[in-house]
Amino acid sequence: MSTMAVPDVAVATVDEGFWTRNRKVGAILLALGVLSAVLFGALATDQQARFTLSETEGGAALEINGTIGAVGFGIITAAAGAALLAGVPKRWFTPLLGVGVVGFVLSFLCWQVSAAPAGQNFMPLVNVVRGTFILALPLIFGALAGVLCERSGVVNVAIEGQLLMGAFSGALFGSISGNVWVGLVAAALGGALISLLLAVFAIRYLVDQVVMGIVLNLLAVGVTGFLYERLMQTNAERYNSAPRFGTWEIPLLKDIPLLGPALFRGNIFLYLGLLLVLVIHIALFRTRWGLRTRSVGEHPTAADTLGVKVLGLRYRNVLLAGVVAGIGGASYTLALYSFTKNMIGGKGFIALAALIFGRWSPTGALLAALFFGFADQLGTYLGAINSIIPSQFLAMLPYLATILAVAGLVGRVRAPAADGKPYIKG
Amino acid sequence: MEPGEIHALLGENGAGKSTLMNVLYGLYQPDEGEILVDGQPLKLKGPSDAIAAGIGMVHQHFMLVPVFTVAENIMLGAEQVKGGIAGFLDRRRARREVAEVSERYNLRVDPDAVIEDLPVGIQQRVEIVKALTRDVDLLILDEPTAVLTPQETEELLTVMRSLKAAGKSIVFITHKLGEVKAIADRITVIRRGKTVGTASPDASRDELAALMVGRNVRLTVDKKPAAPGKPILEVAGLVVDDDRQIRAVDGIDLTVRAGEVLGVAGVQGNGQTELIEAIMGLRPALAGTVTLDGQAVHGWSTKKVLRAGVGYVPEDRSVDGLVKEFSVAENLVLDIYDRPPFGSGLSLKPDAIAKSAKERIEQFDVRTSSADAPVSTLSGGNQQKVIVARELSRPLKLFIAAQPTRGVDVGSIEFIHSRVIRERDIGTAVMVVSSELDEVIGLADRIAVMYRGRIIGIVGPDTPREEIGLLMAGITPEQTGGAAPGPDAGPTGTTTGTTSDPGSAAAPEGPGSEDEA
Repeated sequence: MSTMAVPDVAVATVDEGFWTRNRKVGAILLALGVLSAVLFGALATDQQARFTLSETEGGAALEINGTIGAVGFGIITAAAGAALLAGVPKRWFTPLLGVGVVGFVLSFLCWQVSAAPAGQNFMPLVNVVRGTFILALPLIFGALAGVLCERSGVVNVAIEGQLLMGAFSGALFGSISGNVWVGLVAAALGGALISLLLAVFAIRYLVDQVVMGIVLNLLAVGVTGFLYERLMQTNAERYNSAPRFGTWEIPLLKDIPLLGPALFRGNIFLYLGLLLVLVIHIALFRTRWGLRTRSVGEHPTAADTLGVKVLGLRYRNVLLAGVVAGIGGASYTLALYSFTKNMIGGKGFIALAALIFGRWSPTGALLAALFFGFADQLGTYLGAINSIIPSQFLAMLPYLATILAVAGLVGRVRAPAADGKPYIKG
Repeated sequence: MEPGEIHALLGENGAGKSTLMNVLYGLYQPDEGEILVDGQPLKLKGPSDAIAAGIGMVHQHFMLVPVFTVAENIMLGAEQVKGGIAGFLDRRRARREVAEVSERYNLRVDPDAVIEDLPVGIQQRVEIVKALTRDVDLLILDEPTAVLTPQETEELLTVMRSLKAAGKSIVFITHKLGEVKAIADRITVIRRGKTVGTASPDASRDELAALMVGRNVRLTVDKKPAAPGKPILEVAGLVVDDDRQIRAVDGIDLTVRAGEVLGVAGVQGNGQTELIEAIMGLRPALAGTVTLDGQAVHGWSTKKVLRAGVGYVPEDRSVDGLVKEFSVAENLVLDIYDRPPFGSGLSLKPDAIAKSAKERIEQFDVRTSSADAPVSTLSGGNQQKVIVARELSRPLKLFIAAQPTRGVDVGSIEFIHSRVIRERDIGTAVMVVSSELDEVIGLADRIAVMYRGRIIGIVGPDTPREEIGLLMAGITPEQTGGAAPGPDAGPTGTTTGTTSDPGSAAAPEGPGSEDEA
């Protein structure tokens, strides 16, 4: 053989130029940090901003001077941004982004809390953490339903409808039977019913999955709304007074400060939701079912040639998703409120956003749901202290975050390759 | 099939080879007939039955999940699990199995590599390992060499020989005569869904080709020497990104003269598509110039480029070349429907369109039930003729044909090739891009070989195939101080530091497979 050489064309370098994703995010954080240090610092008052561990003003608390806090945390955000801008190694990206965002939020809170009317210069952290989990709970169930569906290649826009149907059947059958467990099973079946329709039309009849999802949402609103008016309103005593799951306190753990009241004095739905995140995460990445599910969502033809039953697996996963979302719906009617018309009110769509923001992973979805829940809770708090920031701005946050995520600012968001594509054999 | 035999299944595109094998693999159900294994009739309800019967298949389009690791792909469908009903994956065992098989058959793969990061040759190796871990006795390889460089093909043939030595039977589906002659023990030729004959590998290429297409065909294209005129297309320093924003064309200079055919060879995915799309104005050029007959055309819209006298046959006819639901007649005027005589103002002139369609259909021998039939009802070859007819019906300065005969029957190939040469002879500059090396060699007056977004060499059509093959793999004959003028004359085994990239100097051992950083 003669002497050969690979000329330098072999190295096809991808030169991103100066403005890598890290630097872009760094620049944004730097700007946010400077803005918060200057603006929030100027608006904050010299009052102490108290973050109390209990629900009232007194007791143990973290305290910081409003101006100093707003400026200080702003500088922390700016520093994280500057570090990213200076070009630190890639693995520092996520921690620095986290520090930056948290710094910005704290700076904002120092301003808000210190500028609140006298006597309200405190933020009860217990309430905030607890409220975050309560508000995130339906999002967690909804996003998990999305994970189950979409990882196997079926787009689930019908989360809203599944939640609503779950809430409705939970309330109805719980009331009729007078048994919470019957209500829970009925809620799961209600969600699965919507899922069944989605599965049959999307998998069997190849109807566009997004269109089908939207239609099912409307169907769920219509059916439950009709039955609510005709049945529940006429005889609320009999049809809309479901028994509720009580609070199950876990000994010892419930006394942990902050986390105890939030995590270990909850109802069955809180425990079930967190457990499901763990179970689905492990199942998806460590078991045969998970491997097959992911293969069907990425490359169904390949899975088929290896003897994996593509359509069967998709049916199963879509139905499971309905069960999970149905239980999520019941977390309203079997624990908190009685059923009202369209009571989910768009949470299903925020769950969809959490699914995308969490990059189609169960733990990612949990974090995204908590983040959205926190935004929601913060909106309530700001309303209570008569903040000049309208709570509607905070209600926009989930959607804004999702747009940023999809635009690729927070890592690469990649849906399962066959998501939304019907599988036709041959 | 006998044990330890390599049986080649030879036939044109669309002859029914792949369909037959998909039936054998249980993907399709036979309408009639039966399959015998060891004398027993076998009923295959799905691929899992086929696997259980010891049949494995490497598909033409790889059946690998791109985001999975090698080990995950190999264990999918036959997972080793522990933990009872929960079914936890036993990854360690899967890894060990992969290592065992790759060692036994000398098929090196890294079980933890992610498929999408691997070059095509290695992906194919993963496919073979996947089949072997399932203990198959019969391995079906469907057009395994379509995406490989000549060197990778050589490696594959070696692997096939060692599998044969280990007692595995192989069905090797192809339409490439050379490979069949090199490796097969027995050849079955299929035409239009029927076995038309069996042959031994000693049969001549012409005999095999005649069996395959049913009559004697010329394997070479008849043409007179070219008479190149002035430069028509000049590309200088062109840089283009692909859809994923990865550099696909990395500084290309080339010239096509009037009255010559420039062939662009190369393994698919080395920037050919992006190069042409940039010339056509379908994809933005990041740097560089494109000049058509002295006029700068980069940055122009595609419509303007077409109107300037460029004919274009896109590589994927069903996506980019035709509107499949439209009739043949409508497809024939897609480029000039808004111009007289076919249209004026806001209206179309159906009579003129129909009349012209009739003429084109005759001139270009398009076999269709009528000019009003949807173009999707035509065979691949006739669809391609519709595109060629449309593009050659305008006065052209430059004619660009990308994969002009992909998935086209031999009769149509001949016809399209003769049309390309006729266009050259009337003084049009012609550029033919094809991943079929034979086609490029047959048509071109000069051959530019693309590798990783650059033109790695321009050679004459009488250059040996092997040399072009090496170029396609990114290997140029090294000129060490004038001591080694030809590729066969150099001293052996001395990789002196004359390459500009010392890191890759050790790579040539496994061309096109190991140099992926």
